Amino acid sequence: MLSRTADNLFWLSRYVERAENMARLMEMGYRMALMPAVGDGNRSEWESVLSASGCLAGYDPDAPLRQEEVANYLIFNRDNPSSIINCFEYARANARAMRTAITAEMWEALNNALMELRRPSMHNLAKNELPEFIDWVKKQGSLFRGATDSTILRNDGYDFIRLGTFIERADNTARLLDVKYYVLLPETSMVGDGVDNYQWTTVLRAASSLRAFHWVYRDDYSPHRIAHFLILNPFSPRSLAHCAEQITQHLERLARHYGQRHDVHGQAVEMYSLLTQSAMDEIFSEGLHEFLTDFQIRNGALSSAIAEAYYFGGQ
Amino acid sequence: MFNEMTMDDQVREPYRALVDWMEANGPEVLEQKRLEAETLFRKIGITFAVYGEGGDPERLIPFDLIPRIFTASEWRKLDRGVKQRARALNTFLYDVYHNAEIIKAGIIPADLVFKNDAFEPAVIGIDPPRKVYSHIVGVDIVRTGPEDFYVLEDNCRTPSGVSYMLENREIMMRMFPELFKNLRIEPVESYPDMLLKTLKSIAPPKCDREPNIVVLTPGAMNSAYYEHSFLADQMGVELVEGQDLFVSDDRVYMRTTRGPARVDVIYRRIDDAYIDPLCFRPDSVLGVPGLMNVYRSGGVAICSAPGAGVADDKAVYTYVPDMIRFYLGQEPILNNVPTWKCGKPDDLKYVLEHLGELVVKEVHGSGGYGMLVGPASTREEQAAYAERIKADPGDFIAQPTLALSACPTFVESGIAPRHVDFRPFCLVGDDIRLAPGGLTRVAMREGSLVVNSSQGGGVKDTWIMSD
Repeated sequence: MLSRTADNLFWLSRYVERAENMARLMEMGYRMALMPAVGDGNRSEWESVLSASGCLAGYDPDAPLRQEEVANYLIFNRDNPSSIINCFEYARANARAMRTAITAEMWEALNNALMELRRPSMHNLAKNELPEFIDWVKKQGSLFRGATDSTILRNDGYDFIRLGTFIERADNTARLLDVKYYVLLPETSMVGDGVDNYQWTTVLRAASSLRAFHWVYRDDYSPHRIAHFLILNPFSPRSLAHCAEQITQHLERLARHYGQRHDVHGQAVEMYSLLTQSAMDEIFSEGLHEFLTDFQIRNGALSSAIAEAYYFGGQ
Repeated sequence: MFNEMTMDDQVREPYRALVDWMEANGPEVLEQKRLEAETLFRKIGITFAVYGEGGDPERLIPFDLIPRIFTASEWRKLDRGVKQRARALNTFLYDVYHNAEIIKAGIIPADLVFKNDAFEPAVIGIDPPRKVYSHIVGVDIVRTGPEDFYVLEDNCRTPSGVSYMLENREIMMRMFPELFKNLRIEPVESYPDMLLKTLKSIAPPKCDREPNIVVLTPGAMNSAYYEHSFLADQMGVELVEGQDLFVSDDRVYMRTTRGPARVDVIYRRIDDAYIDPLCFRPDSVLGVPGLMNVYRSGGVAICSAPGAGVADDKAVYTYVPDMIRFYLGQEPILNNVPTWKCGKPDDLKYVLEHLGELVVKEVHGSGGYGMLVGPASTREEQAAYAERIKADPGDFIAQPTLALSACPTFVESGIAPRHVDFRPFCLVGDDIRLAPGGLTRVAMREGSLVVNSSQGGGVKDTWIMSD
């Protein structure tokens, strides 16, 4: 497969996943903002969402940190490279640059998403019915993954698509946890009270994992359990451990398919082992934020190593 | 004016079944089908971008549901005529890059060929595989009467539009399954296979295995990008950009996830000027540095071969009937449109005196830009154009305004006749192949003769009825 095509597939699925995760972060901010204010009433949910999505630096410092303005920036702003509309624009541009590598169903899923998103009525929906808009975005991600899952050949292209999905998802789950633990509640004294619990369950909701969590842990909403579910539990579809497992498997498939191993294979195994061999107690005692930061750096390095191993930048 | 569907108030025979269907179903059903078809096109993403215009970069090319239909015997004549032309044009190209017999024989002026911008000194003396330069010849044909067909121009480089021929048919078969069931319409779907066979047959001398074929595109911003990706997909070959290819040890490779993979045949959709910055335009980022060296040494085949453009120059066009007589010893089956060459003093005088009746074109122009349609122009436009001609007469040719045939077409006011032309795509390699069909273009504005998609023209499916 052409290196440029592999590169395009990898980023195409990253953009779709990113759009969906942006919606999930907003869902979290939206729900947290529904909670009664704590402490001095200084509401920072939307600032946290900006921060967690890596979009704070680009946000106009004079603009209000209210839902309407922040959501508009995160969804429709063309100057924000991570805005949902840009994610879909980039994803579709990538798809268009390699129409032969994706199926008609995948193309239609992306094309329809962008066509709908460009409609003026979507601005009203996002403004007046944010939860409904968020559901719409999540649905587009599902449609694309469903189309991919049911139509594409299980060849190397499939592996690059899946690698993009899980690299991006891991990054986003780490950000989601980080915004909760680091930005929202820097004062450890508040950990464990009612507001804190509510916020933790909100993290689960944003990860579409609340019901799954019930099945696994019943009603034990301790931060410990929730963090475990999203970091170390291999059965949780958005956990770091699950993402790392998938990344390792798809890299293995590529190694078998091509009969070539690269540095990236070792790096992936190392990242995966870190997650299978850690315990939540250790992570908390060494600092959740530090752990998540380290993970994001490793994950980013893995993405670069994939690009290098498969000549995304040329030979 | 000849109407493709009716003659002497009678429906012409090939259109009989279609007209019956339309009458039985009524305009509402047709309108419904039209909307369905548009949605389908948008969904598939078949679009056509126009250079230098604002607006939607992925504009849909207007598709008209009413097909243009040829009888089997009409097609037999077109088929023979087009193949004859494709053969003569390729013989001409080999000749002008080798012994130039046609020039020595005094049939074509030397300056017209050797001083032509499209003449490529870099390929003089090179033998392309099977001595073929133009592997895909798109011949633009117009009709003025039941038996009167004229060739308007030849496209020997990389004629576009064949994806519309194929996609239009797909859409029509989805819209009108009962018509396809009951009528015997020649299928066109074998075109990609024929193209692949043609490309395989021109593998370069150094290729010692099943040739690796690629389609080279300038990229997703190109107006014909959809067609490039469509053809690559239909043939099951890689669609590459210049950045994907590189030259090493006298061979061409593409960058893949496994490392370099050798490329043997390049179907390029990039102009000569851009394919190799070391040989042609140094500022090109679309091409492959060193490609021409590999080509010269027989390491890669390029379709169409560099230099093929000299055969579709509008001034050279006027000599195609002479080429057919000279090389093939035959009379042309399809006529040229009578043409005045402004480079000749007598012709220039005539053209300037009759601007109001003629169509004047730039010799090197394409896409319908920069032409003067006499009857549709104002006196001021004619006067301004006359100045341009006088400044450089050799750059212009003129033709009579032909009464192009019209085909019933969906327009805002209902169904009305609109002028059409026709472009079949002839393939030349180990054999000369022609799929039974082509692209019918239609001028959507009333009275307009300009069918180019860059000028608001639309397309129709073309049906060849079998005997």
